[in-house]
Amino acid sequence: MNAQLVALAVFDGISYAALVFLVAVGLTLVFGVLRVLNVAHGSFYALGAYATASVGGAIFAAGYAPWLAFPLMLLAAVLIGVLVGGPIEKFLLGRIYELEDVLQILVTFAVFMILEDVQRLIWGGQPFFEATALNQLGTVTVFGITYTVYQLIFLPVVAIVVLIGLRLGLRRTLTGRLITAVTEDREAAVTIGIDVERIYLITFIIGASLAAFGGALASATTSVVPGMGADMIVLSFAVVATAGLGQIEGAAVTALLIGLGRSFAVYLWPELEVLIPYIIMFGVLLVRPSGLFGTVQARKI
Amino acid sequence: MTTRAQILRVLPYALLLALALVPQVYPAAQVLLTLALAKSLAVLGVIVLLQAGQVSFGHALFFAIAAYAAAFLGNSMGGGEIVLSLVLGTVCSAAVALVVGVFIVRYRHIFFGMLNLALSMIFFSFLEKFYHVTGGSDGLSVARPRVLGMALERGPFELVLFYGTLGLVIGALVLTHRFLSSPVGQMMRAIKTNEVRLEYLGVSARNVLLAGYVLSAALCGLGGVLMSTAQGIVTPEYAWWVRSGEFVFIAILGGAGSVGGAVVGTLAYEAVKTYAAAFAADIWQMILGVVLLVVILFAPNGLIGLFRSWTRRIGSAPERTGDRAGDRVGAGE
Amino acid sequence: MKTLMIASAMAVALAAGSAAAAEKPDEIRLGITAFLTGPASVFGEPAKAAAEMMIEEMNAEGGIGGVPVSATFVDEGAGGEALLAEYRRLVEDVDVDAMFASISSGNCTKVGPLAEDLKVLNIMWDCGTQRIFEENDFRYSFRTQANATPEMLATVLYLLKTKPDFKTIAVVNQDYAWGRDSWAIFSTALKQLKPDVEVVAEFFPKFGAPDFSTEISRLQALRPDVILSTSWGGDLDTFVRQAAQRGLTNNSTLVLPLAESSLERLGDALPEGHIVGTRGDHYFLHPEKTGNEDFDAFVAAFKEKTGAYPIYPVFHMSQALAAIKAAYEKAIAANGGDWPSREQVVDAMAGLTFAGLGRDVTIREDNQGVEDQLLGTTMHSDDYDFALLGDMMMFDGDAVTTPVGQISADWLKTLSPDFVESVQVETFN
Repeated sequence: MNAQLVALAVFDGISYAALVFLVAVGLTLVFGVLRVLNVAHGSFYALGAYATASVGGAIFAAGYAPWLAFPLMLLAAVLIGVLVGGPIEKFLLGRIYELEDVLQILVTFAVFMILEDVQRLIWGGQPFFEATALNQLGTVTVFGITYTVYQLIFLPVVAIVVLIGLRLGLRRTLTGRLITAVTEDREAAVTIGIDVERIYLITFIIGASLAAFGGALASATTSVVPGMGADMIVLSFAVVATAGLGQIEGAAVTALLIGLGRSFAVYLWPELEVLIPYIIMFGVLLVRPSGLFGTVQARKI
Repeated sequence: MTTRAQILRVLPYALLLALALVPQVYPAAQVLLTLALAKSLAVLGVIVLLQAGQVSFGHALFFAIAAYAAAFLGNSMGGGEIVLSLVLGTVCSAAVALVVGVFIVRYRHIFFGMLNLALSMIFFSFLEKFYHVTGGSDGLSVARPRVLGMALERGPFELVLFYGTLGLVIGALVLTHRFLSSPVGQMMRAIKTNEVRLEYLGVSARNVLLAGYVLSAALCGLGGVLMSTAQGIVTPEYAWWVRSGEFVFIAILGGAGSVGGAVVGTLAYEAVKTYAAAFAADIWQMILGVVLLVVILFAPNGLIGLFRSWTRRIGSAPERTGDRAGDRVGAGE
Repeated sequence: MKTLMIASAMAVALAAGSAAAAEKPDEIRLGITAFLTGPASVFGEPAKAAAEMMIEEMNAEGGIGGVPVSATFVDEGAGGEALLAEYRRLVEDVDVDAMFASISSGNCTKVGPLAEDLKVLNIMWDCGTQRIFEENDFRYSFRTQANATPEMLATVLYLLKTKPDFKTIAVVNQDYAWGRDSWAIFSTALKQLKPDVEVVAEFFPKFGAPDFSTEISRLQALRPDVILSTSWGGDLDTFVRQAAQRGLTNNSTLVLPLAESSLERLGDALPEGHIVGTRGDHYFLHPEKTGNEDFDAFVAAFKEKTGAYPIYPVFHMSQALAAIKAAYEKAIAANGGDWPSREQVVDAMAGLTFAGLGRDVTIREDNQGVEDQLLGTTMHSDDYDFALLGDMMMFDGDAVTTPVGQISADWLKTLSPDFVESVQVETFN
């Protein structure tokens, strides 16, 4: 494997990692605050992709300007987060925070199953494909290999913007600080008068919107098909657990690790490709039981 | 004796008797019930771990390991012998559980669940990838094995398999109940309530959990062999995470507090799934999801829990004091 | 019990000979398995819509032998257990007259032995694995279309006839039995018919993979003359789009044996000059059938009802329905006009010739259908906003199907380069 191929593998790895990060970071944010591992996160990803692809297909067919594809993605993500994520937190998850972990996970599993069928009832089984956003940005040739600007540059830039934005948002804004406070110590947050329920709702909407945003961005590069959420959720779990639960920067590093591992596998040993995320996760957790960046929690006596 | 105690005592036997009569009364359901009973063994395995407060989202791994082991054995012997397949499959699962369990029992809660998930997904991907060995996503067909040396036709074989499975499920229920009532079983429950206190008593929580882990894997393995034998095929889908999720789903549906929940839950689940798939082919997943939500929100102790509270209401007052303890283990024992 | 009774009743009926007349039923009940959920619902949904339309039309014209037909659909997407349980329920409780199962080759493999046990006529209406009738000797199962071997062999022939000088090939197939098996057949045939071709890369990304960027980067570096992909549905769409977006389609010729089912969805993303197969002679602009009143009316009605043009599963469904109709009519005639027993209908399937929307199909003695194979090269036209097939060739089904009693893998190894010229081919422009 020469330097050129290494460079190509790195490019492919980074662009894949960008998408994985966007989805996983929402999952880890929600877990950090709500302490619920949300299986339905994959459904938000799929809903974001479906909404963008179907609405995009309709408006571009009607002759609207192609640059609208970009604001459309943001809009779809926020709408899915607020209109689907919001009620789920408010009316369902809000009732189960006192239950055991297992039951909480299963509630989100049930939501996932329901949303899978909802998607099919709305959009049917036929794949959607809407690449206007990607086509807008054109291609770039590196080492004789043509890449789309969208995948090679745009997606990684968006991922970095989201990462920095989240970090700054949590540090600098009032809501962000409240979220951080709830993450650090829920009981103390309640005693000083923070409206924890509201923080939960906001966090969940942000998390769901991030997943939907990931789906919206992915819809420009991939076919939107039934079942796409199920694959993404397992991958996000692997990222989140490997990174350490609730670790935002950790999710970025892990996504990169998995992305690079995967693309090098395609060059060196394609048969290994699908195993990479799980092997990385298993290896990391064996050495660092709380994940790469996780901290050991104090045990209650 | 009170009404409640009588009902509790009689009902499990009535249920078993009803099951045993199915081949005579409603033969069309016999094969479906064989599959459901096989699955209930895996659910029972998940319930064992739930006693320690741990949930595995990858127990389909052990289901698949045993099924594939039995398929390889059977196919290499031109059908093989069912007793041998059952023993080999179960031993394989238990052995793998012993090896990986040494690492996995160091983890709790989400990480315990996630590590199991990772392992099962590695195995799943392996089964799909190494096509030339495992048959890829089409899986391996499992030839009809001999029963104690006898080669049977389909009809008699399915009947034998049904009663054999029923017998094994009853045996497993009794054995698991005994295990959970034993000192080790009590200690498993202590892992859920207060692990540190257990350690102060000088007990290795890891060894206790490991014992439970191996038992639960063996139960899953037994179920996997029976399932693949009944279906005549084994596919990577046996190890897929949704199947692991299904086991946990059924455990909660039936009632994770008692071994009986495994059987009750599986029967209810399969009934809902079969009829939903038959009469509402478009939305069977949604129906299952709604059932699960309703159970968790309104009957967190599952069907067994519902049944208990029902018998409690019609029973006499003094029985109430025993309920908390009774909620944990076993209906009617 | 019930099965036993039916079986013994049938045994009695058989013993009595063909003179026995069964009572004419109120309706002929069919059970049809298809993917209504999951990725393969791209095939199941159109096929279901087609079945409903065709059965309605059939009944309007008096059904089969004066008896109306009804169909119950089963979702293959619910998984193997549910499928087998539901299959049994339909046969034993609903007492269907015939089953159409299934789309997935894996499910056909599971269902085949079950149909023998239940003694029910089972039409394998869409699955493609060549192994079914090469490794089993079924009485009750029939396949009313071709299988993977003629489909792949015809693809190799078309490639060699239209692009005889290519030197290198790469493959990107879905990682499951079809992807692996189809490549095994294709590469075996190619090696025999053009031994100097070099295989430069073999990729089997997982089924449902959302992204082929890395594979495409590598393919751009390798620059193979030809890239084969037997993928379908969302996977194929994603691969073709990503390949086109990144210019891979400018340097390499894509060979896509299942792409007829993706043409309309792909729109202008699939450029001109790439080879597309139809899994038989299945194409909504069938070179011989367009202009035929019934054909054109059906295509228009289907487009009207579903919003899309018919694709190959629709043709497969039409063949299965045509076969069952023809089998009943043949059995009625053989029975002197009396209603035939179910076993007599099974007997009638042997050697049956019938036509769905495409050309005639004939059932061989091993229960495999023989079907001609149509392929073409993509071209754009002003009349449609997606790629159409030009330079179409129709290959004779008899010549490209593995002879009865032989195993495809062995038979293909007996072929030599002069086989290419020996196969009868009709060209259309």
